[in-house]
Amino acid sequence: MIYRVISKSEFRKFLESLIESNVTIGPVQSDVDRNNDPIYKFQQVHSADEIELDYTISYTAVKNFFLPYREKLSEYTFTDDDWDQTIEYRVHPRVLVGLRPCDINALNILDRIFYKGTYPSPYYISRRKNTFIIGLDHEPLPDCFCSSMNHHTVTEGFDVFCSDIGDSYYLAINSSPAFDFLKKFQVTVPTDEDDKSYIERRKFIKKSFKTNVEIGSLPSFLDIEFDSPIWKKWGDKCLNCGTCAMVCPTCYCYQVEENIAVNLKKASKDMMLYSCTILDFAEVAGGHNFRPKKEDRLKYRYYHHYRGFEENAKEPICVGCNRCGRACLADINPKDVINDLRLDNEERS
Amino acid sequence: MKNDLKLPVQDVNLEPFMATPPQYTRKKVLMKTDKVYKCKIINVIDLTEYEKLFHLKILDRVERKIFQFRPGQFVMLEVPGYGEVPISLSSSTNNHEYIELCIRKTGRTTNVLHEASVGAYVGLRGPFGNSFPMEKMQGNNVLLIAGGLGLAPLRGPLYWVSEYRDLYKDVHVLYGAKEPSQMLFTYQYNEWEKVNHINMLSIVENPDENWNGRVGMITELLDEIEIDPINTYAIVCGPPVMFKFVCNRLDKIGIPMNKMFVSLERRMHCGMGKCCRCMVGSTFTCVDGPVFDYWSVLNLKEAI
Repeated sequence: MIYRVISKSEFRKFLESLIESNVTIGPVQSDVDRNNDPIYKFQQVHSADEIELDYTISYTAVKNFFLPYREKLSEYTFTDDDWDQTIEYRVHPRVLVGLRPCDINALNILDRIFYKGTYPSPYYISRRKNTFIIGLDHEPLPDCFCSSMNHHTVTEGFDVFCSDIGDSYYLAINSSPAFDFLKKFQVTVPTDEDDKSYIERRKFIKKSFKTNVEIGSLPSFLDIEFDSPIWKKWGDKCLNCGTCAMVCPTCYCYQVEENIAVNLKKASKDMMLYSCTILDFAEVAGGHNFRPKKEDRLKYRYYHHYRGFEENAKEPICVGCNRCGRACLADINPKDVINDLRLDNEERS
Repeated sequence: MKNDLKLPVQDVNLEPFMATPPQYTRKKVLMKTDKVYKCKIINVIDLTEYEKLFHLKILDRVERKIFQFRPGQFVMLEVPGYGEVPISLSSSTNNHEYIELCIRKTGRTTNVLHEASVGAYVGLRGPFGNSFPMEKMQGNNVLLIAGGLGLAPLRGPLYWVSEYRDLYKDVHVLYGAKEPSQMLFTYQYNEWEKVNHINMLSIVENPDENWNGRVGMITELLDEIEIDPINTYAIVCGPPVMFKFVCNRLDKIGIPMNKMFVSLERRMHCGMGKCCRCMVGSTFTCVDGPVFDYWSVLNLKEAI
């Protein structure tokens, strides 16, 4: 990692040049919510003016640029009695601007499954390799709990990471193309003064987290609380709509389905993001459902996030962005559920 | 001055993913796309009203050579345009000519498969999952317990012990079905008993007028045979309800939990440990399973 400092106006020129030469995706205000607060979304931009670098948090996660809601895995062409399969997973390079540390950490978690897992996914790898990522730090929202999950800083998985230090950005450069690109702009080696303000900034961000979720020893007490009545309480609230999984930056469960074209000459095998809270998630042939009750499915989601994944990867899958909590129609959020469980655990002991 | 910051294309070329057969003894990192082996249905055998046995031949000669499996593994069978289903392999590992799959008519894809005739082309991915530890069982008695369709995945180990019969001591097959008409592979029982010296016991719950065998639950068959708990390995396969009864019973007889193996059933969508549809706690049925010893199953919440 090489550190440099770039002034904000020069950084803008850098962005302009990137946008000119590549497909660039950045945070854009798409709408306002019921309190008139802006809602941001990642989409393709055509000039640096469109990008809102001071955005709070995007409503949906950037995982959808790597794992689209719907993706064609393979295509079949039918001829008389025969068929042929074609597979396409190569993509064009693109630039993603303005990812928050938790978003980049979420991608690093997805890498564990789709890049370094037992069966790496070429569809994902191709997208990941061909994406130039510019990260940006931010002041947390009141309900973010990234610091509890230790995902408020990021050390890998990006090309450039910018920390706001007043008039300029403190850059952490993590790839050779990024360094080559930045050579063409006015960047300076950080002075002692810059280092100091960078450390100040990091301390400030760490201090401004207002929500804290205690995750120590979570796996073992989730085991103990497996039959806790708390799950019934939260399960009854849950609407099983699957919104939480759609906005989550790390949820990756999917289903595969096949569709025949109207002219019956072609068919495609599509992957579709799914949610473990949906009724037929654990249904098998013949109609037996391994998780028939609402609370079973909600519990399973928490188990996968905070226990199951931890057992395999030594860290929970959750990054603490609280997107699920914000999007939930029934007001279920990880902080409340975990605190409730903890309370129940303490009462019993 | 205009800066050209065009990003280079990073090509991910994973197509020639397997030139040599993968090693199934350890989890090897395999690059796999959704490419299927094209197979031709070369024979269809009606077993019962709902089950048919399909013989599939992989068309490409190199792919046929690459396709090697162990008893207990499964494949993803695809009917292009209809869907993909996980099916356990029920043929002998030494049969390199064709693959046998026993399929019950139960959903969209399997309904179409049951209408398929000889000569149709289907896709096959795999094999996936782990397998029964057949080498470990050498020199021991083997107890194969199947209920209903559970006999299909047990045909793999059954072929294995038949082919290496002198390496194993007593082999018992206990098979339970709802009705006599639902019994699978009836034409092979004689062969197994007479040629391979396997003790074959079967029982049905609801007999019809032609049935003159045993009537009752599968656990009753365990009373009829003598089991040496220390030197016996058991493989249990059947509907989820059956596992609990049979495994508890075997536990009482004294077979250690890590010598009882079960094959779990889930609706896999990818077979590669990614879609999470088959996840039990922290374990993927498709990558870490489908074969588990009973000890692991007890430790997995919601497994059966």
